[in-house]
Amino acid sequence: MMRRAALALLAAGLVGPLPALAQDAPLRIEITEGVVRPMPVTLRFEDAGGAGDLMTDITAIIADDLQGTGLFEMAEPEAAPVSRFDRTVDYIGWKAAGTEALITGQVTVDDDTVMLRFRLFDVFAGQPLGDGMQFVSPREGWRRAAHKVADQIYARITGETPYFDSRIAFIGESGSATERVKRVGVMDYDGAGVKWLTSKDDLVLSPRFSPDGQTVLYTSFASGVPQIMSLDVETVTSTALTRDPRAMSFAPRFSPDGKWIAFSRESGGNTDIWIMEVANPSFAKPITLGPAIDTAPSWSPDGRHIVFESDRSGSSQLYTMRADGSEPTRISFGDGGGGYGEPAWSPRGDRIAFTRHTKEGSAIGVMRPDGSGEDLLSEGGRDSGPSWAPNGRVLIFTRLNPEDEVSHLHSVDITGRNMRPVALNDAASDPAWGPLLP
Amino acid sequence: MRVTVTLIAAVLALSACNMPNDTPVASGPVTDPYTTGAGGVAVYRGDVNLAGNRLPGADTVAAGADFAAAGATVYFAEAQATLSEEARATLSRQAAWLAQNAGFTATVEGHADEPGTREFNLALGARRATSVQEYLVAKGVEAARIRTVSFGKERPASICASEASCLGRNRRAVTIVAPPAAGV
Repeated sequence: MMRRAALALLAAGLVGPLPALAQDAPLRIEITEGVVRPMPVTLRFEDAGGAGDLMTDITAIIADDLQGTGLFEMAEPEAAPVSRFDRTVDYIGWKAAGTEALITGQVTVDDDTVMLRFRLFDVFAGQPLGDGMQFVSPREGWRRAAHKVADQIYARITGETPYFDSRIAFIGESGSATERVKRVGVMDYDGAGVKWLTSKDDLVLSPRFSPDGQTVLYTSFASGVPQIMSLDVETVTSTALTRDPRAMSFAPRFSPDGKWIAFSRESGGNTDIWIMEVANPSFAKPITLGPAIDTAPSWSPDGRHIVFESDRSGSSQLYTMRADGSEPTRISFGDGGGGYGEPAWSPRGDRIAFTRHTKEGSAIGVMRPDGSGEDLLSEGGRDSGPSWAPNGRVLIFTRLNPEDEVSHLHSVDITGRNMRPVALNDAASDPAWGPLLP
Repeated sequence: MRVTVTLIAAVLALSACNMPNDTPVASGPVTDPYTTGAGGVAVYRGDVNLAGNRLPGADTVAAGADFAAAGATVYFAEAQATLSEEARATLSRQAAWLAQNAGFTATVEGHADEPGTREFNLALGARRATSVQEYLVAKGVEAARIRTVSFGKERPASICASEASCLGRNRRAVTIVAPPAAGV
């Protein structure tokens, strides 16, 4: 695994002669309304010593992060004023050039460390947006430092919590569709830095991050019967949490406080939802009963409710219940002969993402936790398995290409805009977005 | 013929102790011990070994034949785990084969087609495998000789896009037998 990049945050020293942060800055993007015109922003980074090619790479990451949201576009106006990191900004010149936000920065690299400094300016308001900041990381952590800068810019302009410096667990796929080889991998949110965490020997399914990002749960066929494994991402060691050879255990998901795991357990052909304590996984108890299939549990961010998939009505539908299993309530009712599955409760609590099946294929969508406001975000394809970005504004999911039966990861904004493939060379499925890294 | 009738009566006497020995064996139409429960679950409602619960379909397999002669695979309707008449005939032959080859153990692998979520299909495959296991047990195979596993939609028999006719080949349960040495 990549050594954890120690990112030192040294904001205070950079404030210097700049004016204080203005209240109610007008530079603002409201994501929920959808963005028709991306905001033009310009990056001006300087090599402050030893950066070389790394400076181009770092600015490319910042630009990709921002443009990848669909909210920003990189503006390179012809008549741009000269801007230096340690000089005052020619607001009038930048305004005339059409740039709305200017980011100046410096990259300093020595044998061991990378230092990134930046300032963000609201060109129309004619003032800085927030304080200047610097990030220092080990040299190999330069990608994370760049994501941190982009996170700051995104957060200041949108008012949302950011998500660029985060990782995604997924299943890497190879081999033919009838003998698919699967292994658990993790990557940066943008598809870089792929690390494989399991071998190709055993069939593995649906990885899920712990809230602190240090553990990945997944389902393994290694023992012959699907069982839930807990994998330490740092040491890449796996431990079986369930072992009963007469019962399949699968579909694990951590509670938001990381202390409980909800999962599906099958015995005698019947699948129910169980919970177990992380500290004591041998004590597990069912929270659903009855002959129906109950699976794919996902916790609400306050930990008080669980949404799950069940065929108790005769077709697959979504239900919510309290975390003790009481008050099950059906929330999906769409017609058209399809079913609903793979619910994922948004970390903001306001939406539940799901996979909807139709005769033609499957799509991903979102609805409110009471089932209202259903909105499909894709159509006409074979999309499945949505997972939320840590800020609850973006979903990553699996898209199967029907022509070659190969899956790739895609992401989409919850407004349905900005559908884009994740830059990952490997065929992949079952993404699980981890937390924003500290 | 006379001997056979006596044997059945003796078995009945053992299995239902409160029944007088001279209780007549009722004859009637063939009944299916399986019904479809909530959510398409195959619910077992009887004992196929009782007279009157005889199942349709050939249930013999030539002595010394390969297991393949019985038919290793049964197929299911969409989202269902109930056994069709054809499936029951196949399983009757599997049961007969397992009776003839008493040392063998069996693993029933349940599978699902591509539509539906990965985790739901894992559960559905388990339903199908269990449906097969219950039937074989009802046909006299010792429960301890049969284990089940589900592969959900992870191991399709055919690559189907979404052709309905093809998907049916993936909704299946496959019985795999192992000789005594291999164990379960």
